[in-house]
Amino acid sequence: MRLSPDQWIFWQLDAFKLNATIAFTWAIMLVLTVGSILVTRRLSTELKRSRWQNLLEIVVTSIQSQLKDVGLRDPRKYIGFVGTLFLFVGVASLCTVIPGFDTPTGSLSTTAALALCVFVAVPLFGVASQGIWGYLKSYAEPTILMLPFNIISELSRTLALAVRLFGNMMSGAMIIAILLTITPFIFPIFMTALGLLTGMVQAYIFSILAAVYIAAATQNDDTKPVPAAKT
Amino acid sequence: MLIDWFTVGAQAINFLILVWLLKRFLYKPILDAIDAREKGIAAERADADAKKAEAQKERDEFQHKNQDFDRQRAALVKTATDEANAERQRLLDEANKETEALRAKRREALRNEQRNLSQAILRWTQNEVFAIARKSLADLATASLEERMCEVFVQRLRGLTGTAKEQLATALQALTRPVPVRSAFDLPAAQRVAIQNAINETFSADIHIQFETVPELISGIELSANGQKVAWSIGEYLGTLEKSAGELLHKEEKADEKPAPKPEAKAEVKSQPTKSATKPDLQGEAQPNPKP
Repeated sequence: MRLSPDQWIFWQLDAFKLNATIAFTWAIMLVLTVGSILVTRRLSTELKRSRWQNLLEIVVTSIQSQLKDVGLRDPRKYIGFVGTLFLFVGVASLCTVIPGFDTPTGSLSTTAALALCVFVAVPLFGVASQGIWGYLKSYAEPTILMLPFNIISELSRTLALAVRLFGNMMSGAMIIAILLTITPFIFPIFMTALGLLTGMVQAYIFSILAAVYIAAATQNDDTKPVPAAKT
Repeated sequence: MLIDWFTVGAQAINFLILVWLLKRFLYKPILDAIDAREKGIAAERADADAKKAEAQKERDEFQHKNQDFDRQRAALVKTATDEANAERQRLLDEANKETEALRAKRREALRNEQRNLSQAILRWTQNEVFAIARKSLADLATASLEERMCEVFVQRLRGLTGTAKEQLATALQALTRPVPVRSAFDLPAAQRVAIQNAINETFSADIHIQFETVPELISGIELSANGQKVAWSIGEYLGTLEKSAGELLHKEEKADEKPAPKPEAKAEVKSQPTKSATKPDLQGEAQPNPKP
């Protein structure tokens, strides 16, 4: 029994290997990209538009409003990163209903990669927003004594991000696999539906936490978050 | 080991590529389309607002014009009413003037009629009186009217007394030319002698007289000198009769003028027929009663 799709290797040359995690990630990337191209090649700027365009507009504007609610004043600047996090994790979770599909987020390597991306992106956004000195100063607030704790917090939350998503996704897949051996047919279906729900919740949590970290890093004293208008 | 670091790196790169792809093919086109639509909606709203403002402006302008129109209409109605009132007043004044002219004309006509009637009565009375007197004297004394008139004149001459007689005597004496004795007809020789005698005897003098015929005296004889006069004539009685008839006509005229018609009805006043019946029955009333 495979605990991670990393162990499902299709091809390997020395350190380079093509495992299920990377392959299914490419598949998800292909679906998202081709779907986006197909929908957005005939976009309507009138009031009447296609249902697929409507769906994508709802998704994009929802992500945008969530980012605004979190406290990001200019959500368009961050929607590329945070929105892609949500869509990738969400689509990966939805694809668990496909037989034979092993979700890449069930791999600790994938979740660690995503957490590392957040870990790198947060200081980048913070420096871009406040400047390098302003961002570094935020680690010594409210007092210099808090510097080690802030650094520990930065590292631990990255670790928590990775492990939380991995644990949830892996456990869902594991539970289904175990239940299939114990009580086949009906019961795993309920668990699969529950897995879909938890997968979407995890996608939301992961992206929202990333947004919160970015918002905390990009906030200045004179730019306190304002209550965003619900749209 | 659950973490494969090669996979971690590959997944990180995959994720970054996916970020770029989705930015390129999903977020940007969708957000641009939304922006374009919002811009279009905002433009439409702005256009609608502009049209609304324009409609409001036109509505205000229309209301303003409506109010102006009402004011002008009220002014025109007032002007027309004033002009109509002025025209009515002018027509009333004209009607009053016409009525007044008609009334004056009618009054003048009445006056002329009265004058003509008086003259007719006068003439008629003269003739009647003359005829009655002639007939009466002929019936009673079998004498001619001229004889009787001479007798009456002689009696008056002889009857003069007092101041009247003295004044007349003085006047006669002061007269250098012959004393005129006028009569409406040629006096016969007997009457002329009688008159000459009566004058001589009355004033105890030989007074030279000259007989003249003056038809206007109307059956009478008159002696006058320096404003003093002794006379008898039917004309005196006729004068009295004329005065009475004149008063009668005057009364009738006043009675006609009293019910003056209203100004509006003046134009409809019809000329009433002249009362020819006011002509008195002079045959019965014109009985002369000359005092001796």
